[in-house]
Amino acid sequence: MNIFKKNTKEYFSRFKIPSGCAIFGAINESGERFSGGMVMEGISVMHERSNGLGGGFAAYGIYPQFARDWVFHIFYDDIEAKKQAEREIALNFKVLLSEEIPTRKVSRITNPPLIYRYFLKLKENFNDQRRNEAGSDEISSQAAAGREENSIVNFVMRINRDICGAYIISSGKNMGIFKGVGFPEDIGWFFRLDEYKGYLWTSHGRFPTNSAGWWGGAHPFGLLDWSIVHNGEISSYGTNKRFVRSFGYECSLSTDTEVITYLLDFIVRKQKIDIEMVHLILAPPLWEEIERMTGDNRESLRALRILYGNALLNGPFSIIVGNGNYIYALNDRIKLRPLVAARKGEYLFVSSEEAAIRKVCPSPDRIWQPDGGEPVIGRIKEKEKNISKELDKRNSIKSGKYRKKSKKLPMPDSFTVYKNKIPGD
Amino acid sequence: MALKLNQPEFEIERDTDKCISCQVCVRQCSNDVHEYDSEQDVIYSDSIKCVGCHRCESLCPAGALKIKEVKSQFRTNYNWTAEHLRNIYKQADSGGVILTGMGCDKPYAVYWDRILFNASQVTNPPIDPLREPMEIKTFIGRKPDNPVFEITGDPCARGVKLKTELYPQLELSTPIMFSAMSYGSISLNACKSLAAAASEFGTYYNTGEGGLHKDLYKYSMNTIVQVASGRFGVDVDYLEKGSAVEIKIGQGAKPGIGGHLPGEKVTGDISDTRMIPEGTDAISPAPHHDIYSIEDLAQLIYALKEATDWSKPVGVKVSAVHNIAPIASGIVRAGADFVSIDGLRGGTGAAPQVIRDNVGIPIELAIASVDDRLREEGIRHRASIIAAGSIRSSADIVKAIALGADAVYIGTAALVAMGCHLCQKCYTGKCNWGIATQDPYLTRRLNPEIGTRRLLNLLKGWSLEIKEMLGGVGINAIESLKGNREHLRGVGLSEKELAILGIKHAGEAW
Repeated sequence: MNIFKKNTKEYFSRFKIPSGCAIFGAINESGERFSGGMVMEGISVMHERSNGLGGGFAAYGIYPQFARDWVFHIFYDDIEAKKQAEREIALNFKVLLSEEIPTRKVSRITNPPLIYRYFLKLKENFNDQRRNEAGSDEISSQAAAGREENSIVNFVMRINRDICGAYIISSGKNMGIFKGVGFPEDIGWFFRLDEYKGYLWTSHGRFPTNSAGWWGGAHPFGLLDWSIVHNGEISSYGTNKRFVRSFGYECSLSTDTEVITYLLDFIVRKQKIDIEMVHLILAPPLWEEIERMTGDNRESLRALRILYGNALLNGPFSIIVGNGNYIYALNDRIKLRPLVAARKGEYLFVSSEEAAIRKVCPSPDRIWQPDGGEPVIGRIKEKEKNISKELDKRNSIKSGKYRKKSKKLPMPDSFTVYKNKIPGD
Repeated sequence: MALKLNQPEFEIERDTDKCISCQVCVRQCSNDVHEYDSEQDVIYSDSIKCVGCHRCESLCPAGALKIKEVKSQFRTNYNWTAEHLRNIYKQADSGGVILTGMGCDKPYAVYWDRILFNASQVTNPPIDPLREPMEIKTFIGRKPDNPVFEITGDPCARGVKLKTELYPQLELSTPIMFSAMSYGSISLNACKSLAAAASEFGTYYNTGEGGLHKDLYKYSMNTIVQVASGRFGVDVDYLEKGSAVEIKIGQGAKPGIGGHLPGEKVTGDISDTRMIPEGTDAISPAPHHDIYSIEDLAQLIYALKEATDWSKPVGVKVSAVHNIAPIASGIVRAGADFVSIDGLRGGTGAAPQVIRDNVGIPIELAIASVDDRLREEGIRHRASIIAAGSIRSSADIVKAIALGADAVYIGTAALVAMGCHLCQKCYTGKCNWGIATQDPYLTRRLNPEIGTRRLLNLLKGWSLEIKEMLGGVGINAIESLKGNREHLRGVGLSEKELAILGIKHAGEAW
């Protein structure tokens, strides 16, 4: 039977659904981990920017005990899908731990799918079925360093495309995406995010223009370490989709966020273009401005636009991109969507509205509205050192007890402390 | 008098009350339709000679003339149409091939007219091109596979350096270029108008296969020089004078056949420009006799690149035929920097009617399948696609780009802007509008300055319309329209047609 259930991937991947949104992100650049409660409180202020049909979070640094292992978060519609997906996982990975993601009961959250997470190591004889398919040569012929990542990308795309009712929502290292149908603060409470600590968080509240809700269709969208939250509508979607497709990325979900993720993965990971330059591709300066420049800059910016014209994101958007190493926020080049940024000590916040930042950090050192096409980047310093420290700690405790409560990290004075309840509940 | 089976296609209505016998019509008509009888002070008209170019009607100061198409002089028959009968009578008379000019006029599906464009509502703001920047600058040329950039300073202050060398590119201020029309097929004044307009607007015109007249050398920054099977006028200076070189394999109006400029038209200037003796026939063979296969094309492409010091893009023009997708893919792999595809309805100065009306495929389907194929093979960035073959309005351009073209060529539209009325008699050399003729009495009717101004106006008007349509859909750079088929919907098309065009039917959401 080939019937599209109204709350599944198969149903949603058939349409592109425009949506308005709230986005919020925070990073501690020194790598100190802080509670998801703060992010939940921030995004909750922008309650009316979403309509209860999608909310989600991406958190980095939450699984320090498995910092060097792949972790998949997967939604299953039914047990059959779980069986099939787990068979594939077992074929290709060594499973360090698999378990249901712990949740709370929340009255406003209904009909969740089965939600599991897996901590994995890639087997040597990884069965990369995509390798022989047309168009994927590009991906499989990369240098050895990127091969493991390419294998993960291929695996994730294959599962998401081929296994009906299974959907991998996050596939990075030491990070995870938590999302679903509901207001973001409810989703955070449902996933017990106040109990997690991470050094980088992004979150999203969704206002889609359709009525049904599919859990996998909520944001952030993730691939490898990438997580993207996005507010806006990409009018250049068709162009961008066809662009990434010629490099082996299949847009299966018909969402803007998906295509932005693939663009970033292609530009930063494959073409090895520094993240600091990405805005010159996604939201480049106008020709008028370029013509006024001189020398090398003029030539290179011209070249960037000529070469990556099809990667330009056109239409209104503000995005927050998370990655193991940095948070990256960007507006479209004529700033048709709101984006505010603020700094307080080691903390960098980005948000759709200033109110959300003020809620969690009433007196930032600096608060500003980035121009259209002007990126905001917050980088983790000494990430490797932090990971090693955490791994040492892990070796000293019994394996498997990775959820053991660690000591609360101190928060800056001016931050309000999250009060363990859902705002407005 | 010999038996004449043919009847006039046009009827000339002269309002004798209005006619002042000024004889403008007599002087204007190169087909000798009108004749003045000085004894009776009347003008007689012989409608059988009329080609329907409307020159006399347009210039009649008294408004006394009306040229009407005669509809039903033959008994109505949907199978044996008037055109078939006329052609048979003509051929029974002459034993020749029926010639014609301009593009196919048969009622095959015009897909432009069955495709609708999108606009933004609520979820995405439309952009007003009169208030906001709107960019339609376009580049034609090969893009590198793995460009390398280097950060030299603060990237926010744009301190970036490109390490990879960029292939030569044509920079167009609007995605419209003038299609190949040779000096010989059109008058020098028409060539001058095209060249001057392209130069002033910041786009390109194409010399066609007839060489480059010395008067046009000053427009070399906006010239694409063509190398066709006859190699007329091709030497190293000619290649140097172009900003790009185009190898002409075929043309939409006559795929698979060459060209023939009769010796009587090869007069002084044309013989100089084409580099052939005066009075000899200029025959373009059907194939290039050094290109019998794709590897031969590759050799010519690289020979031309070598000859021009690798400083210019080298492209290939082909007509849209059934196998166009693999052909285009082969051309790209052979090293072409751009592929110009000329569709079924593309124009010509002279072609056998049977070829023009029955060979080739519509450009809309050709662009869609070529763009698909090049993307599937991951080589779309290696060449630009230029769509040609009946681009009639700015809407056609927007749709062509959304289907996957980088830019378009306009030929017929440019001639119409200069006065052409599509009488399809270009091959007679008697163009009353002074365009497709070399008769000095006729060519001076087209003032190159006025021609230039009219072409500039057309480019300006269409560019503004393109900007309006882009803004309406919330896009402010034309790059974002390229291959953006999500913004197209078909009306009244079959599943198969939609699948080939890669678009959804109107009423289907995203």
